[in-house]
Amino acid sequence: MSWTLDNLGLIGELTLEHLRQSVPPILYGLALAVPLGWVAHRFRRVRGLVLTVTGILYTLPSLALLPLLPVIFGISALSAVNLVLALTIYAVAILVRSVADGFDAVDDAVRRAAVAMGFGPLRRFWTVELPLAGPVILAGLRVTAVSTISLATVGILIGVTNLGYLFTNGFQRRIVEEILAGVVAVALVALLVDLLLVAAGRIAMPWTRGARVPSRALPAGGRA
Amino acid sequence: MNLLADALAWLFSPERLSGSHGLPAALAAHLFYTFLAVAIAAAVGIPLGWLIGHTGRGREIAVAASGAARAIPSFGLILLLVLLLGVTRKPEAAVIAFVLLAIPSILAGAYTGIEAVDRRTVDAGRAMGMTEWQVLWRIEAPLGLPLLVGGLRSAVLQVVATATLAAYVNLGGLGYDIIQGIQLRRFDQVLGGAIVVALLALVLDGAFALLQRAARPRGLLEPPTGSSR
Repeated sequence: MSWTLDNLGLIGELTLEHLRQSVPPILYGLALAVPLGWVAHRFRRVRGLVLTVTGILYTLPSLALLPLLPVIFGISALSAVNLVLALTIYAVAILVRSVADGFDAVDDAVRRAAVAMGFGPLRRFWTVELPLAGPVILAGLRVTAVSTISLATVGILIGVTNLGYLFTNGFQRRIVEEILAGVVAVALVALLVDLLLVAAGRIAMPWTRGARVPSRALPAGGRA
Repeated sequence: MNLLADALAWLFSPERLSGSHGLPAALAAHLFYTFLAVAIAAAVGIPLGWLIGHTGRGREIAVAASGAARAIPSFGLILLLVLLLGVTRKPEAAVIAFVLLAIPSILAGAYTGIEAVDRRTVDAGRAMGMTEWQVLWRIEAPLGLPLLVGGLRSAVLQVVATATLAAYVNLGGLGYDIIQGIQLRRFDQVLGGAIVVALLALVLDGAFALLQRAARPRGLLEPPTGSSR
């Protein structure tokens, strides 16, 4: 424990840096995936295309995607922007399917009832469809958040400092405890964000308490 | 676009074909580690997943394991195991890390495959006098095969990606060119290496997609999915 106790300040700083790099991709991913997933749900023909493209992007290993993005977007390969962009792409890839599934799961009778009550498309989306799709989207968001936080550590390989620094630095200096501290810190941050999302879900969607959400098509393992 | 041309020039230069860090040797090492690790993970994950799916017990443990696996950074796990086992036993350490990372997807594929089988089909088998082994082997396993292959597909992709990171500890494989290129600021090499890794992942994903389709039993109208219950 001595290394960890002596370096709590460093771990804290790296944790903040880690959050600064991994929280935006989760939010950007959600903001992009909700419209994309809705389009995939609404227009059957687009669905195949959207899910195929995001599926292919999700297939790419991070260390392959990171050097490819600068060629397309003209940014520096060794920058935090590149890492955020790559993490956003993975987040969208996981979330689009959850969002489409979530909207698919909304009972058509409920949708028609809203139409019958005179709800316009916009009001129907915000007050009927999105809240009812919410639990499935949240399940996807939780998976996205945890894997984004864990995957952000590869940033250190393109020179972006975050909790991944503890891995490479610990490896170079042969300090097992430093790497272990990094792994535990990443897992704790992921767990904490996951708990926050669960709590936020309970506050925003009180009707889901105790309900089990089917975890269809969500990746079971981690990412690299 | 100039960088892309440089990367292609690097990729198709004759030097890529020879030496211990040439592409053929790196590809062979990459595939060897990937399939070895997935085979070991399958030997553990498939029986365990079937047991969970067949008995319906221990599902929570499997769900928790896959959740935890998501939170553990693969790169950190490799470096940790290499340091713990000693640098001389690098390949063993890396394979252990790959196996640990591959198990959750395979486990999930095995038990969701069995869970997705219509209970009435299983009961029909029992009514015909099948033993539990026959129910598992002749009903649940074949009907759940597409989802199991799907689990193997995720596991293979996960290990291919992680094996790329393992080049940091000098394990060899296709990640070497990327990681060494970044350190030397040789971006043609980095991009060339990235293209090869991306292609490998896409080819393996495509092959497993076909395998998944072939795994669907003939005469089955609808592919089993996780939600069809």
